Amino acid sequence: MDIAFIVETIVKIVVILLVFSALAGFGTYLERKVLAFMQRRLGPMHVGPFGLLQVAADGIKLFTKEDIIPQNVVKPIFKIAPVITAATAFMAAAAIPFWPEFTVFGYTVHPIVADINIGILYILGVMAIGLYGPLLGGMASANKFSLISAARSAAVFISYEVVSGLSLLAPLMMVGSLSLIDINNYQAGGIGSWIVWSQPVAFVLFWIAAFAETGRTPFHLIANDHEIIDGFGTEYSGMRWGLFFIGEYANMFFISFVIAIIFLGGYGDGTGLGVLGLLLKVAFFFFFFLWTRAAWPDVRPDQLMWLCWKVLMPLAVINVVITGFVMMF
Amino acid sequence: MFEAIAFYLFAILTIVMFTITVMSSQALYALTSMAAGMIFISAFFFILGADFLGAIQIIVYTGAVMALYAFGMMFFDSTRTIVEKRANPALVVVLGGIAAVLVLAIVVAPIVGMTATEGAYPIDTSVGNTQAIGMVLFTKYLVPFELAAVMLLVAMVAGIVLAGKKMDTSLTLMDEDEIALMDLSSEYETQEEGH
Repeated sequence: MDIAFIVETIVKIVVILLVFSALAGFGTYLERKVLAFMQRRLGPMHVGPFGLLQVAADGIKLFTKEDIIPQNVVKPIFKIAPVITAATAFMAAAAIPFWPEFTVFGYTVHPIVADINIGILYILGVMAIGLYGPLLGGMASANKFSLISAARSAAVFISYEVVSGLSLLAPLMMVGSLSLIDINNYQAGGIGSWIVWSQPVAFVLFWIAAFAETGRTPFHLIANDHEIIDGFGTEYSGMRWGLFFIGEYANMFFISFVIAIIFLGGYGDGTGLGVLGLLLKVAFFFFFFLWTRAAWPDVRPDQLMWLCWKVLMPLAVINVVITGFVMMF
Repeated sequence: MFEAIAFYLFAILTIVMFTITVMSSQALYALTSMAAGMIFISAFFFILGADFLGAIQIIVYTGAVMALYAFGMMFFDSTRTIVEKRANPALVVVLGGIAAVLVLAIVVAPIVGMTATEGAYPIDTSVGNTQAIGMVLFTKYLVPFELAAVMLLVAMVAGIVLAGKKMDTSLTLMDEDEIALMDLSSEYETQEEGH
Protein backbone atom coordinates (compact mmCIF):
# COMPACT_ATOMS: atom_id res chain seq x y z
CA MET A 1 0.00 0.00 0.00
CA ASP A 2 1.88 3.04 -1.12
CA ILE A 3 0.77 6.60 -0.69
CA ALA A 4 0.24 7.15 -4.44
CA PHE A 5 -2.40 4.40 -4.54
CA ILE A 6 -4.33 5.83 -1.60
CA VAL A 7 -4.22 9.37 -2.99
CA GLU A 8 -5.28 8.13 -6.42
CA THR A 9 -8.21 6.19 -4.98
CA ILE A 10 -9.41 9.14 -2.90
CA VAL A 11 -9.15 11.47 -5.90
CA LYS A 12 -11.14 9.00 -8.02
CA ILE A 13 -13.85 8.68 -5.35
CA VAL A 14 -14.17 12.47 -5.01
CA VAL A 15 -14.30 12.96 -8.78
CA ILE A 16 -17.01 10.31 -9.22
CA LEU A 17 -19.05 11.75 -6.34
CA LEU A 18 -18.84 15.30 -7.67
CA VAL A 19 -19.44 14.45 -11.32
CA PHE A 20 -22.40 12.19 -10.70
CA SER A 21 -24.01 14.40 -8.05
CA ALA A 22 -23.86 17.22 -10.57
CA LEU A 23 -25.10 14.93 -13.34
CA ALA A 24 -27.99 13.78 -11.12
CA GLY A 25 -29.00 17.41 -10.69
CA PHE A 26 -28.60 18.09 -14.38
CA GLY A 27 -30.60 14.92 -15.08
CA THR A 28 -33.68 16.49 -13.50
CA TYR A 29 -33.32 19.43 -15.91
CA LEU A 30 -32.93 17.07 -18.86
CA GLU A 31 -35.97 15.09 -17.75
CA ARG A 32 -38.12 18.22 -17.56
CA LYS A 33 -36.96 19.45 -20.94
CA VAL A 34 -37.44 16.10 -22.68
CA LEU A 35 -40.87 15.58 -21.11
CA ALA A 36 -41.85 19.14 -22.01
CA PHE A 37 -40.71 18.65 -25.60
CA MET A 38 -42.71 15.43 -25.92
CA GLN A 39 -45.81 17.00 -24.36
CA ARG A 40 -45.53 20.19 -26.48
CA ARG A 41 -44.64 22.44 -23.55
CA LEU A 42 -41.59 24.59 -22.91
CA GLY A 43 -40.37 23.22 -19.58
CA PRO A 44 -38.13 25.38 -17.37
CA MET A 45 -37.45 28.65 -19.22
CA HIS A 46 -37.12 31.52 -16.76
CA VAL A 47 -34.00 30.90 -14.66
CA GLY A 48 -30.93 31.54 -16.79
CA PRO A 49 -30.56 30.81 -20.52
CA PHE A 50 -33.02 28.05 -21.58
CA GLY A 51 -33.77 27.60 -17.87
CA LEU A 52 -30.37 26.01 -17.33
CA LEU A 53 -29.95 27.56 -13.88
CA GLN A 54 -33.18 25.91 -12.75
CA VAL A 55 -30.96 23.13 -11.37
CA ALA A 56 -29.13 25.61 -9.14
CA ALA A 57 -32.39 27.16 -8.02
CA ASP A 58 -33.80 23.75 -7.12
CA GLY A 59 -30.61 22.86 -5.28
CA ILE A 60 -30.71 26.03 -3.20
CA LYS A 61 -34.38 25.42 -2.46
CA LEU A 62 -33.79 21.83 -1.33
CA PHE A 63 -30.75 22.71 0.80
CA THR A 64 -32.36 25.62 2.61
CA LYS A 65 -35.79 24.08 3.15
CA GLU A 66 -36.80 23.16 6.68
CA ASP A 67 -36.08 19.52 7.48
CA ILE A 68 -39.39 18.37 8.96
CA ILE A 69 -39.39 15.22 11.10
CA PRO A 70 -43.06 14.36 11.71
CA GLN A 71 -44.40 13.07 15.02
CA ASN A 72 -44.55 9.29 15.63
CA VAL A 73 -41.85 8.43 13.09
CA VAL A 74 -38.93 6.25 14.16
CA LYS A 75 -36.44 9.10 14.06
CA PRO A 76 -32.99 7.49 13.46
CA ILE A 77 -34.32 5.13 10.78
CA PHE A 78 -36.39 7.88 9.19
CA LYS A 79 -33.29 10.07 8.99
CA ILE A 80 -30.91 7.41 7.67
CA ALA A 81 -33.19 5.95 4.95
CA PRO A 82 -32.52 8.58 2.21
CA VAL A 83 -28.80 8.34 2.93
CA ILE A 84 -28.95 4.59 2.21
CA THR A 85 -30.51 5.22 -1.22
CA ALA A 86 -27.92 7.81 -2.22
CA ALA A 87 -24.97 5.95 -0.68
CA THR A 88 -25.72 2.58 -2.30
CA ALA A 89 -26.17 4.27 -5.68
CA PHE A 90 -22.68 5.74 -5.44
CA MET A 91 -21.16 2.60 -3.89
CA ALA A 92 -22.19 0.67 -7.00
CA ALA A 93 -20.05 3.06 -9.04
CA ALA A 94 -16.88 1.70 -7.38
CA ALA A 95 -16.74 -1.31 -9.73
CA ILE A 96 -17.73 0.43 -12.97
CA PRO A 97 -14.93 1.24 -15.45
CA PHE A 98 -16.02 4.65 -16.72
CA TRP A 99 -13.12 5.13 -19.08
CA PRO A 100 -10.27 3.09 -20.57
CA GLU A 101 -6.98 3.51 -18.74
CA PHE A 102 -4.90 6.48 -19.82
CA THR A 103 -1.49 7.97 -19.02
CA VAL A 104 -0.99 11.46 -17.58
CA PHE A 105 2.61 12.72 -17.09
CA GLY A 106 3.91 9.15 -17.23
CA TYR A 107 1.45 7.93 -14.61
CA THR A 108 -1.12 5.34 -15.71
CA VAL A 109 -4.60 5.99 -14.33
CA HIS A 110 -7.23 3.24 -14.15
CA PRO A 111 -10.57 5.05 -14.06
CA ILE A 112 -12.19 2.42 -11.82
CA VAL A 113 -12.15 2.77 -8.04
CA ALA A 114 -11.82 -0.92 -7.16
CA ASP A 115 -10.90 -3.39 -9.89
CA ILE A 116 -12.29 -6.43 -8.07
CA ASN A 117 -12.66 -9.53 -10.23
CA ILE A 118 -16.34 -9.95 -9.34
CA GLY A 119 -17.37 -6.44 -10.41
CA ILE A 120 -20.83 -7.16 -11.78
CA LEU A 121 -21.78 -9.32 -8.80
CA TYR A 122 -20.75 -6.52 -6.46
CA ILE A 123 -22.84 -4.01 -8.44
CA LEU A 124 -25.90 -6.28 -8.31
CA GLY A 125 -25.40 -6.78 -4.56
CA VAL A 126 -25.08 -3.11 -3.77
CA MET A 127 -28.10 -2.29 -5.91
CA ALA A 128 -29.98 -4.96 -3.96
CA ILE A 129 -29.17 -3.07 -0.75
CA GLY A 130 -30.60 0.05 -2.38
CA LEU A 131 -33.96 -1.51 -1.60
CA TYR A 132 -33.50 -0.55 2.06
CA GLY A 133 -33.87 3.16 1.35
CA PRO A 134 -37.52 3.10 0.26
CA LEU A 135 -38.26 0.14 2.52
CA LEU A 136 -37.00 1.63 5.80
CA GLY A 137 -38.18 5.10 4.84
CA GLY A 138 -41.69 3.81 4.21
CA MET A 139 -41.81 1.65 7.33
CA ALA A 140 -40.45 4.35 9.65
CA SER A 141 -42.80 7.05 8.34
CA ALA A 142 -45.92 6.14 10.36
CA ASN A 143 -47.96 6.76 7.23
CA LYS A 144 -50.20 4.21 5.49
CA PHE A 145 -49.28 5.29 1.97
CA SER A 146 -45.60 5.11 2.80
CA LEU A 147 -46.08 1.61 4.18
CA ILE A 148 -47.93 0.45 1.04
CA SER A 149 -45.11 1.91 -1.03
CA ALA A 150 -42.52 0.12 1.11
CA ALA A 151 -44.31 -3.20 0.59
CA ARG A 152 -44.50 -2.60 -3.16
CA SER A 153 -40.86 -1.58 -3.42
CA ALA A 154 -39.76 -4.73 -1.56
CA ALA A 155 -41.89 -6.89 -3.87
CA VAL A 156 -40.72 -5.17 -7.06
CA PHE A 157 -37.02 -5.10 -6.14
CA ILE A 158 -36.85 -8.72 -5.00
CA SER A 159 -38.77 -9.96 -8.04
CA TYR A 160 -36.82 -8.05 -10.63
CA GLU A 161 -33.46 -8.85 -9.03
CA VAL A 162 -34.21 -12.42 -10.08
CA VAL A 163 -34.74 -11.31 -13.68
CA SER A 164 -31.66 -9.09 -13.84
CA GLY A 165 -29.47 -11.76 -12.24
CA LEU A 166 -30.70 -14.59 -14.47
CA SER A 167 -30.55 -12.52 -17.65
CA LEU A 168 -26.94 -11.55 -16.89
CA LEU A 169 -25.98 -15.20 -16.36
CA ALA A 170 -26.02 -16.03 -20.08
CA PRO A 171 -23.57 -13.29 -21.20
CA LEU A 172 -21.39 -14.01 -18.17
CA MET A 173 -21.24 -17.68 -19.19
CA MET A 174 -19.96 -16.62 -22.60
CA VAL A 175 -17.33 -14.25 -21.23
CA GLY A 176 -16.32 -16.51 -18.34
CA SER A 177 -15.55 -13.63 -16.00
CA LEU A 178 -17.46 -11.37 -13.62
CA SER A 179 -15.17 -8.39 -14.13
CA LEU A 180 -16.62 -5.55 -16.19
CA ILE A 181 -13.20 -4.86 -17.69
CA ASP A 182 -12.96 -8.45 -18.96
CA ILE A 183 -16.50 -8.19 -20.33
CA ASN A 184 -15.52 -4.98 -22.11
CA ASN A 185 -12.33 -6.49 -23.54
CA TYR A 186 -14.30 -9.53 -24.76
CA GLN A 187 -16.16 -7.15 -27.10
CA ALA A 188 -13.15 -5.08 -28.13
CA GLY A 189 -13.32 -6.35 -31.74
CA GLY A 190 -15.83 -3.73 -32.85
CA ILE A 191 -19.58 -3.63 -33.39
CA GLY A 192 -19.70 -7.20 -34.72
CA SER A 193 -18.45 -8.68 -31.44
CA TRP A 194 -20.96 -6.91 -29.17
CA ILE A 195 -22.75 -9.31 -26.85
CA VAL A 196 -26.13 -7.84 -27.81
CA TRP A 197 -25.98 -9.73 -31.14
CA SER A 198 -25.47 -13.13 -29.50
CA GLN A 199 -27.67 -12.42 -26.45
CA PRO A 200 -30.55 -10.21 -27.61
CA VAL A 201 -33.02 -11.79 -25.17
CA ALA A 202 -30.75 -11.21 -22.17
CA PHE A 203 -30.24 -7.61 -23.33
CA VAL A 204 -33.96 -6.86 -23.47
CA LEU A 205 -34.66 -8.64 -20.16
CA PHE A 206 -31.90 -6.78 -18.34
CA TRP A 207 -33.08 -3.52 -19.85
CA ILE A 208 -36.62 -4.12 -18.59
CA ALA A 209 -35.31 -5.11 -15.17
CA ALA A 210 -33.26 -1.90 -15.09
CA PHE A 211 -36.50 0.08 -15.22
CA ALA A 212 -37.78 -1.81 -12.19
CA GLU A 213 -34.52 -1.51 -10.25
CA THR A 214 -34.37 2.24 -10.74
CA GLY A 215 -38.13 2.62 -10.17
CA ARG A 216 -38.72 4.40 -13.45
CA THR A 217 -42.07 4.97 -15.07
CA PRO A 218 -43.65 1.84 -16.42
CA PHE A 219 -42.70 0.33 -13.04
CA HIS A 220 -43.01 3.50 -10.99
CA LEU A 221 -45.33 1.85 -8.48
CA ILE A 222 -43.04 2.39 -5.52
CA ALA A 223 -43.80 6.10 -5.49
CA ASN A 224 -46.91 6.24 -7.60
CA ASP A 225 -47.98 9.89 -7.51
CA HIS A 226 -51.62 9.41 -8.44
CA GLU A 227 -52.31 6.43 -6.18
CA ILE A 228 -50.23 6.67 -3.04
CA ILE A 229 -49.25 10.37 -3.11
CA ASP A 230 -45.46 10.10 -3.23
CA GLY A 231 -45.07 6.67 -1.66
CA PHE A 232 -42.11 6.38 0.67
CA GLY A 233 -41.26 10.05 0.09
CA THR A 234 -44.57 11.40 1.39
CA GLU A 235 -43.30 12.46 4.81
CA TYR A 236 -39.91 13.71 3.64
CA SER A 237 -38.94 17.30 2.99
CA GLY A 238 -35.92 19.33 2.02
CA MET A 239 -32.60 17.66 1.37
CA ARG A 240 -33.66 14.26 2.74
CA TRP A 241 -36.21 14.05 -0.06
CA GLY A 242 -33.53 15.40 -2.39
CA LEU A 243 -31.23 12.51 -1.44
CA PHE A 244 -33.85 10.00 -2.64
CA PHE A 245 -33.88 11.93 -5.90
CA ILE A 246 -30.09 12.04 -6.27
CA GLY A 247 -29.97 8.30 -5.58
CA GLU A 248 -32.58 7.57 -8.25
CA TYR A 249 -30.87 9.67 -10.92
CA ALA A 250 -27.37 8.46 -10.09
CA ASN A 251 -28.73 4.90 -10.32
CA MET A 252 -30.13 5.67 -13.77
CA PHE A 253 -26.71 6.84 -14.95
CA PHE A 254 -24.87 3.89 -13.43
CA ILE A 255 -27.26 1.28 -14.79
CA SER A 256 -26.95 2.94 -18.21
CA PHE A 257 -23.18 2.48 -17.93
CA VAL A 258 -23.63 -1.16 -16.92
CA ILE A 259 -25.97 -1.94 -19.84
CA ALA A 260 -23.66 -0.19 -22.30
CA ILE A 261 -20.56 -2.00 -21.01
CA ILE A 262 -22.08 -5.49 -20.80
CA PHE A 263 -24.15 -5.58 -23.96
CA LEU A 264 -23.03 -2.81 -26.28
CA GLY A 265 -19.26 -3.09 -26.21
CA GLY A 266 -18.50 -0.45 -23.58
CA TYR A 267 -15.52 1.70 -24.55
CA GLY A 268 -14.37 -0.88 -27.09
CA ASP A 269 -10.63 -0.94 -27.74
CA GLY A 270 -10.05 2.12 -25.56
CA THR A 271 -9.39 4.77 -28.20
CA GLY A 272 -10.94 8.23 -28.08
CA LEU A 273 -13.65 7.09 -30.48
CA GLY A 274 -14.55 4.21 -28.15
CA VAL A 275 -14.86 6.56 -25.18
CA LEU A 276 -17.10 8.89 -27.18
CA GLY A 277 -19.15 5.84 -28.19
CA LEU A 278 -19.59 4.79 -24.56
CA LEU A 279 -20.77 8.25 -23.57
CA LEU A 280 -23.21 8.31 -26.48
CA LYS A 281 -24.59 4.88 -25.53
CA VAL A 282 -25.03 5.99 -21.91
CA ALA A 283 -26.73 9.18 -23.10
CA PHE A 284 -29.08 7.13 -25.26
CA PHE A 285 -30.07 4.80 -22.40
CA PHE A 286 -30.63 7.77 -20.10
CA PHE A 287 -32.75 9.42 -22.77
CA PHE A 288 -34.70 6.19 -23.18
CA PHE A 289 -35.63 6.29 -19.47
CA LEU A 290 -37.14 9.75 -20.03
CA TRP A 291 -38.73 8.79 -23.35
CA THR A 292 -40.53 5.86 -21.75
CA ARG A 293 -41.82 8.10 -18.99
CA ALA A 294 -43.39 10.39 -21.59
CA ALA A 295 -44.78 7.57 -23.73
CA TRP A 296 -46.04 4.87 -21.35
CA PRO A 297 -48.52 4.74 -18.46
CA ASP A 298 -47.73 2.87 -15.27
CA VAL A 299 -48.61 -0.80 -15.08
CA ARG A 300 -50.69 -2.21 -12.23
CA PRO A 301 -48.91 -4.07 -9.40
CA ASP A 302 -50.47 -7.42 -10.39
CA GLN A 303 -49.47 -6.87 -14.04
CA LEU A 304 -45.97 -6.09 -12.85
CA MET A 305 -45.73 -9.36 -10.91
CA TRP A 306 -47.33 -11.29 -13.77
CA LEU A 307 -44.77 -9.86 -16.18
CA CYS A 308 -41.89 -10.72 -13.88
CA TRP A 309 -42.73 -14.26 -12.82
CA LYS A 310 -44.72 -15.60 -15.78
CA VAL A 311 -42.97 -13.94 -18.71
CA LEU A 312 -39.53 -12.54 -17.97
CA MET A 313 -38.23 -15.14 -15.52
CA PRO A 314 -39.09 -18.21 -17.66
CA LEU A 315 -37.59 -16.44 -20.68
CA ALA A 316 -34.40 -15.75 -18.74
CA VAL A 317 -34.15 -19.37 -17.58
CA ILE A 318 -34.74 -20.71 -21.13
CA ASN A 319 -32.12 -18.29 -22.41
CA VAL A 320 -29.60 -19.59 -19.88
CA VAL A 321 -30.35 -23.22 -20.76
CA ILE A 322 -30.06 -22.61 -24.52
CA THR A 323 -26.80 -20.68 -24.04
CA GLY A 324 -25.46 -23.58 -21.99
CA PHE A 325 -26.33 -26.13 -24.69
CA VAL A 326 -24.86 -23.99 -27.46
CA MET A 327 -21.64 -23.57 -25.49
CA MET A 328 -21.38 -27.28 -24.70
CA PHE A 329 -21.89 -28.62 -28.22
CA MET B 1 -1.42 -2.79 9.05
CA PHE B 2 -4.44 -1.76 6.99
CA GLU B 3 -5.81 -5.28 7.27
CA ALA B 4 -5.53 -5.21 11.06
CA ILE B 5 -7.23 -1.82 11.27
CA ALA B 6 -10.00 -2.96 8.92
CA PHE B 7 -10.45 -6.23 10.81
CA TYR B 8 -10.83 -4.61 14.24
CA LEU B 9 -13.03 -1.83 12.86
CA PHE B 10 -15.44 -4.26 11.23
CA ALA B 11 -15.29 -6.68 14.17
CA ILE B 12 -16.38 -3.94 16.55
CA LEU B 13 -19.05 -2.68 14.14
CA THR B 14 -20.45 -6.18 13.61
CA ILE B 15 -20.65 -6.91 17.34
CA VAL B 16 -22.26 -3.53 18.08
CA MET B 17 -24.82 -4.02 15.32
CA PHE B 18 -25.84 -7.50 16.43
CA THR B 19 -25.97 -6.34 20.07
CA ILE B 20 -28.48 -3.71 19.02
CA THR B 21 -30.42 -6.40 17.13
CA VAL B 22 -30.72 -8.54 20.26
CA MET B 23 -31.19 -5.80 22.85
CA SER B 24 -33.49 -3.34 21.09
CA SER B 25 -37.23 -3.50 21.70
CA GLN B 26 -37.91 -1.41 18.61
CA ALA B 27 -38.41 -3.77 15.66
CA LEU B 28 -37.14 -1.33 13.05
CA TYR B 29 -33.87 -0.78 14.92
CA ALA B 30 -33.39 -4.53 15.11
CA LEU B 31 -34.09 -4.97 11.40
CA THR B 32 -31.78 -2.17 10.30
CA SER B 33 -28.90 -3.10 12.58
CA MET B 34 -29.13 -6.75 11.54
CA ALA B 35 -28.98 -5.79 7.86
CA ALA B 36 -26.00 -3.56 8.61
CA GLY B 37 -24.30 -6.33 10.58
CA MET B 38 -24.71 -8.72 7.65
CA ILE B 39 -23.01 -6.20 5.37
CA PHE B 40 -20.16 -5.69 7.86
CA ILE B 41 -19.59 -9.46 7.97
CA SER B 42 -18.98 -9.38 4.21
CA ALA B 43 -16.01 -7.11 4.95
CA PHE B 44 -14.17 -10.09 6.52
CA PHE B 45 -14.53 -12.04 3.27
CA PHE B 46 -13.16 -9.10 1.32
CA ILE B 47 -10.21 -8.76 3.75
CA LEU B 48 -9.44 -12.47 3.29
CA GLY B 49 -9.43 -12.06 -0.48
CA ALA B 50 -12.64 -14.06 -0.96
CA ASP B 51 -14.42 -11.45 -3.07
CA PHE B 52 -17.00 -13.85 -4.42
CA LEU B 53 -18.18 -14.98 -0.98
CA GLY B 54 -18.27 -11.38 0.20
CA ALA B 55 -20.55 -10.30 -2.62
CA ILE B 56 -22.71 -13.40 -2.13
CA GLN B 57 -22.97 -12.60 1.59
CA ILE B 58 -24.34 -9.15 0.71
CA ILE B 59 -26.73 -10.41 -1.96
CA VAL B 60 -28.12 -13.42 -0.08
CA TYR B 61 -28.31 -12.18 3.49
CA THR B 62 -28.88 -8.48 3.08
CA GLY B 63 -30.63 -8.48 -0.26
CA ALA B 64 -32.86 -11.51 0.09
CA VAL B 65 -33.13 -12.90 3.64
CA MET B 66 -33.42 -9.56 5.42
CA ALA B 67 -35.89 -8.29 2.82
CA LEU B 68 -38.10 -11.27 3.65
CA TYR B 69 -37.93 -10.33 7.36
CA ALA B 70 -38.97 -6.87 6.30
CA PHE B 71 -41.95 -8.38 4.48
CA GLY B 72 -42.96 -10.11 7.71
CA MET B 73 -42.69 -6.86 9.61
CA MET B 74 -45.22 -5.20 7.31
CA PHE B 75 -47.94 -6.98 9.28
CA PHE B 76 -47.04 -5.20 12.51
CA ASP B 77 -47.01 -1.59 13.54
CA SER B 78 -43.27 -1.16 13.23
CA THR B 79 -43.24 2.31 14.78
CA ARG B 80 -44.29 1.01 18.20
CA THR B 81 -41.88 -0.54 20.71
CA ILE B 82 -42.50 -4.16 21.58
CA VAL B 83 -43.29 -5.20 25.13
CA GLU B 84 -41.50 -8.48 25.66
CA LYS B 85 -42.80 -11.22 27.92
CA ARG B 86 -40.00 -12.62 30.04
CA ALA B 87 -41.49 -15.59 31.87
CA ASN B 88 -38.24 -17.23 32.94
CA PRO B 89 -35.14 -15.03 32.63
CA ALA B 90 -32.88 -17.51 34.44
CA LEU B 91 -33.59 -20.23 31.86
CA VAL B 92 -32.84 -17.80 29.04
CA VAL B 93 -29.47 -16.93 30.58
CA VAL B 94 -28.54 -20.62 31.08
CA LEU B 95 -29.56 -21.72 27.58
CA GLY B 96 -27.95 -18.67 25.97
CA GLY B 97 -24.75 -19.30 27.94
CA ILE B 98 -24.60 -22.95 26.88
CA ALA B 99 -25.15 -21.99 23.23
CA ALA B 100 -22.39 -19.37 23.43
CA VAL B 101 -19.92 -21.82 24.99
CA LEU B 102 -20.74 -24.43 22.33
CA VAL B 103 -20.16 -21.97 19.48
CA LEU B 104 -16.89 -20.85 21.09
CA ALA B 105 -15.79 -24.50 21.42
CA ILE B 106 -16.56 -25.16 17.76
CA VAL B 107 -14.40 -22.25 16.66
CA VAL B 108 -11.56 -22.67 19.17
CA ALA B 109 -11.18 -26.49 19.08
CA PRO B 110 -9.41 -26.68 15.68
CA ILE B 111 -7.07 -23.85 16.71
CA VAL B 112 -6.14 -25.56 20.00
CA GLY B 113 -5.78 -28.94 18.30
CA MET B 114 -3.50 -27.36 15.66
CA THR B 115 -5.55 -28.93 12.86
CA ALA B 116 -6.54 -25.59 11.37
CA THR B 117 -3.15 -24.00 10.94
CA GLU B 118 -3.60 -24.37 7.22
CA GLY B 119 -6.86 -23.88 5.35
CA ALA B 120 -8.46 -26.93 3.77
CA TYR B 121 -8.64 -24.98 0.52
CA PRO B 122 -6.00 -22.23 0.59
CA ILE B 123 -6.46 -19.48 -1.97
CA ASP B 124 -5.09 -20.62 -5.31
CA THR B 125 -3.78 -17.59 -7.15
CA SER B 126 -3.69 -19.38 -10.51
CA VAL B 127 -7.48 -19.60 -10.78
CA GLY B 128 -9.99 -16.95 -9.78
CA ASN B 129 -12.07 -16.99 -6.65
CA THR B 130 -15.27 -17.82 -8.49
CA GLN B 131 -13.74 -20.73 -10.38
CA ALA B 132 -12.19 -22.17 -7.19
CA ILE B 133 -15.57 -22.17 -5.41
CA GLY B 134 -17.22 -23.72 -8.43
CA MET B 135 -14.69 -26.54 -8.56
CA VAL B 136 -15.06 -27.41 -4.86
CA LEU B 137 -18.83 -27.05 -4.95
CA PHE B 138 -19.37 -29.28 -7.99
CA THR B 139 -16.85 -32.00 -7.07
CA LYS B 140 -16.42 -32.64 -3.36
CA TYR B 141 -19.60 -30.99 -2.10
CA LEU B 142 -21.89 -31.93 -4.99
CA VAL B 143 -24.25 -34.07 -2.90
CA PRO B 144 -24.84 -31.51 -0.11
CA PHE B 145 -25.24 -28.86 -2.81
CA GLU B 146 -27.90 -30.88 -4.65
CA LEU B 147 -29.61 -31.77 -1.36
CA ALA B 148 -29.84 -28.10 -0.48
CA ALA B 149 -31.34 -27.43 -3.91
CA VAL B 150 -33.96 -30.16 -3.39
CA MET B 151 -34.80 -28.78 0.05
CA LEU B 152 -35.32 -25.32 -1.40
CA LEU B 153 -37.51 -26.79 -4.12
CA VAL B 154 -39.62 -28.61 -1.52
CA ALA B 155 -39.99 -25.40 0.48
CA MET B 156 -40.99 -23.51 -2.66
CA VAL B 157 -43.61 -26.08 -3.68
CA ALA B 158 -45.00 -26.10 -0.14
CA GLY B 159 -45.14 -22.31 -0.11
CA ILE B 160 -47.01 -22.21 -3.40
CA VAL B 161 -49.48 -24.87 -2.23
CA LEU B 162 -50.13 -23.01 1.03
CA ALA B 163 -50.42 -19.55 -0.48
CA GLY B 164 -51.93 -20.26 -3.87
CA LYS B 165 -55.40 -21.56 -3.05
CA LYS B 166 -57.29 -18.97 -5.10
CA MET B 167 -54.55 -17.96 -7.47
CA ASP B 168 -56.57 -18.65 -10.61
CA THR B 169 -59.02 -15.86 -9.77
CA SER B 170 -57.91 -12.25 -9.66
CA LEU B 171 -59.92 -9.88 -7.49
CA THR B 172 -58.49 -6.90 -9.38
CA LEU B 173 -59.96 -8.03 -12.69
CA MET B 174 -63.43 -8.83 -11.30
CA ASP B 175 -66.52 -6.64 -11.14
CA GLU B 176 -67.96 -5.64 -7.80
CA ASP B 177 -71.01 -7.91 -8.11
CA GLU B 178 -68.86 -10.86 -9.16
CA ILE B 179 -66.87 -10.48 -5.94
CA ALA B 180 -70.06 -10.20 -3.91
CA LEU B 181 -71.34 -13.36 -5.60
CA MET B 182 -68.09 -15.14 -4.76
CA ASP B 183 -68.40 -14.13 -1.09
CA LEU B 184 -71.92 -15.56 -0.98
CA SER B 185 -70.92 -18.86 -2.56
CA SER B 186 -67.94 -19.28 -0.22
CA GLU B 187 -70.18 -18.64 2.80
CA TYR B 188 -72.59 -21.22 1.44
CA GLU B 189 -69.73 -23.70 1.11
CA THR B 190 -68.59 -23.21 4.69
CA GLN B 191 -72.16 -23.71 5.89
CA GLU B 192 -72.32 -26.92 3.92
CA GLU B 193 -69.09 -28.12 5.51
CA GLY B 194 -70.53 -27.30 8.93
CA HIS B 195 -73.33 -29.84 8.57
